[in-house]
Amino acid sequence: MTPEEITAFEAKVQAYVGGEVSAPRTGKDDVNKAMIRHWAEVMGDENPVYTDEAFAATSAKHGIIAPPTMLLTWAMEGYSMAQTPAPDAKLDVQRELHAIFDAHGFTGVLGTNTRTEFYRDLRPGDQITSHQTIDSISERKNTARGVGYFVETVNTFTDQTGAKVGRQVFRVLKFQPNVATAEAKAATSDDAMPAAPARIQAPRGHDNAWWWEAIDAGKLLIQRCKQCGTLRHPPRPMCGVCNSTEWDSIESSLEGEVFSFTELSYPKFPGYPYPLVCGLIQLSEGTRLVANIVGCEADKVYIGMKVKGKVERVDDKTVLPNFYPA
Amino acid sequence: MVAKIADKAAIVGIGATEFSKDSGRSELSLAAEAVKKALDDCGLKPSDVDGMVTFTIDQNEEVDVARAIGCEDLKFYSRIPYGGGAATGTLLQAAMAVATGVAEVVVCYRALNGRSGQRYSDGVSGNLITGSAIHYGWYMPFGLLTPASWVAMFTQRYMHQTGCTQDALFEVAHSTRQYALNNPAAFFYQRPFDRAEYDTAKKICAPLKLFDCCQESDGGCAVVVTTPQRAKDLRQPGVLINGVANCLAKDQEEMTSFYRPEIARIPEMDIAAKEAYAQCGLRPDDIDAAVIYDAFSPIVLWQLESWGFCNYGEAEAFVKAGNLRPGGRLPTNTHGGQLSEAYIHGVNGIMEAVRLVRGTSVNQPKKTVNHALVTSGVGVPTGGAILGRMA
Repeated sequence: MTPEEITAFEAKVQAYVGGEVSAPRTGKDDVNKAMIRHWAEVMGDENPVYTDEAFAATSAKHGIIAPPTMLLTWAMEGYSMAQTPAPDAKLDVQRELHAIFDAHGFTGVLGTNTRTEFYRDLRPGDQITSHQTIDSISERKNTARGVGYFVETVNTFTDQTGAKVGRQVFRVLKFQPNVATAEAKAATSDDAMPAAPARIQAPRGHDNAWWWEAIDAGKLLIQRCKQCGTLRHPPRPMCGVCNSTEWDSIESSLEGEVFSFTELSYPKFPGYPYPLVCGLIQLSEGTRLVANIVGCEADKVYIGMKVKGKVERVDDKTVLPNFYPA
Repeated sequence: MVAKIADKAAIVGIGATEFSKDSGRSELSLAAEAVKKALDDCGLKPSDVDGMVTFTIDQNEEVDVARAIGCEDLKFYSRIPYGGGAATGTLLQAAMAVATGVAEVVVCYRALNGRSGQRYSDGVSGNLITGSAIHYGWYMPFGLLTPASWVAMFTQRYMHQTGCTQDALFEVAHSTRQYALNNPAAFFYQRPFDRAEYDTAKKICAPLKLFDCCQESDGGCAVVVTTPQRAKDLRQPGVLINGVANCLAKDQEEMTSFYRPEIARIPEMDIAAKEAYAQCGLRPDDIDAAVIYDAFSPIVLWQLESWGFCNYGEAEAFVKAGNLRPGGRLPTNTHGGQLSEAYIHGVNGIMEAVRLVRGTSVNQPKKTVNHALVTSGVGVPTGGAILGRMA
């Protein structure tokens, strides 16, 4: 991004600060004993002030109260959250804001921390409403994960009288993934939230790391025997034709055709985009490799189809050759 | 009884890499160099090798060593467990193979980065970058992660090359299910299905659908082998192993032999079949019934061709003529197969082949079964056995 582009982008996202994420949302259920009991059971919290009416009456709380950390659950949307929204559904403001970040390459998202304040105990019969606003967006930061911005959302909770009962600040980092340092960070830090799932990586050993490093650098290489010139893929430490262990490589033109293929339907694995087609690609240089066929409908792929490859980033961790209809 | 292998085998070549604390290269590179030097020492070529033995703890897959040094087809490969206890065990395997004619040139190898890699003194701690992990690394990032996906790649190509259609896959799946209906041990006992259910079932990896794929099962199976002489005194009629052969064919990989000139066939099974027939002098016409490894429906078609029940590309016509069914030319997977009985890695299939020869299958064919075929998994080095009645 040029400095001008950065300024324009920052102005665009800063315009969201102070805005409501959505209309105030009142909980579908009042604070109630059944949900309190379920929570206490699941959390393994045996404090009788949450469940034992007789005990609670004699305690300092003078009756059953909700566990304080249930605060944000009372106004949650419930199972409908998990449903796919209708295609024409309006994005809430937070999703709209994240989409702007995504469109500018800040595709990474990391929940960094949350801070919650509790103003009074909640009791059965209370009715909780949540008011969520975008509170602040930080200046541009260089983080171990990559360049990005911290976005703070504030959720204020009120009761049936309109009085404030609690407040939660939730901070996320929207960032341009910086793969190498992110991995180093993930290996040493245990307070980081799990990143979005990526594809399963190829382990890199003596005989194949050079190939994957070339892919990371945007090149598809083919191993070549220095003695007899035979090309081989996948790479191996010795030439099966002349037994030489000396080798170099050539860069593939990425031109080829589909030798076979399959559309992967089930099971679906986290981190992979479906529909997903795997092709066995016969490169014009003569070797074959497995790679995804993209840029056309799965049912349009056929054996013999001409394809042209492009080495590109497919997720935060992975660069791969993709093959498009030529 | 004393083993009859004295003086039946000899060590003729030896080879080693340099020994160091940091080889700076892969274990596969060490294995390939050591094997090549041993062959050079005696003047043999990689193409002369037809057997390999190593330790179960060795990280160098036989398929990788074979491809690295440029072997042709191997008919014998075997591993010995228990760490260093395997050392001379490799020689016993090699000697038995050579003494019996199973193989003629067997290399025994062991190669490790025991200091710079996974330190041997670390015992069972740490993360291993194994040869197998490197191998599957060529497929994992692309999402080609499952046995169905690997087999689908071959199936698509086979259908393209031969004109085979989904009808053939259905017939294989359907005929085994029909057998399972009568087998109380089968998962699909008394649970029929039809073409409509097959067609509308979940897509797995095109062209494979749900009922083209075997089950996942818990279970165990075992068989006991002894001499024909002792067999005569035992409770059950003995079933002879007429012929049995394995093959790891040229440019074999584990489930992904995608790099051969043509992939719409399984040369390792062709070679094993030829060897097994040659051992006993039997022909495809002599086989009365079969248990053909059916992790996926299409692999049955290819094996029918490998074992000579029909010519290459004609398996669809063969199965559509009803030949796998009860009154057919070759009643096949009469227990319901792995598609419909259970998936115990083919050992339940060996049991069914024994029952077929004994005459005790729940779907015993009306005709006399003098010889039954049973085969192993496809996509990997594989083989099969011909079983027959004792005189």
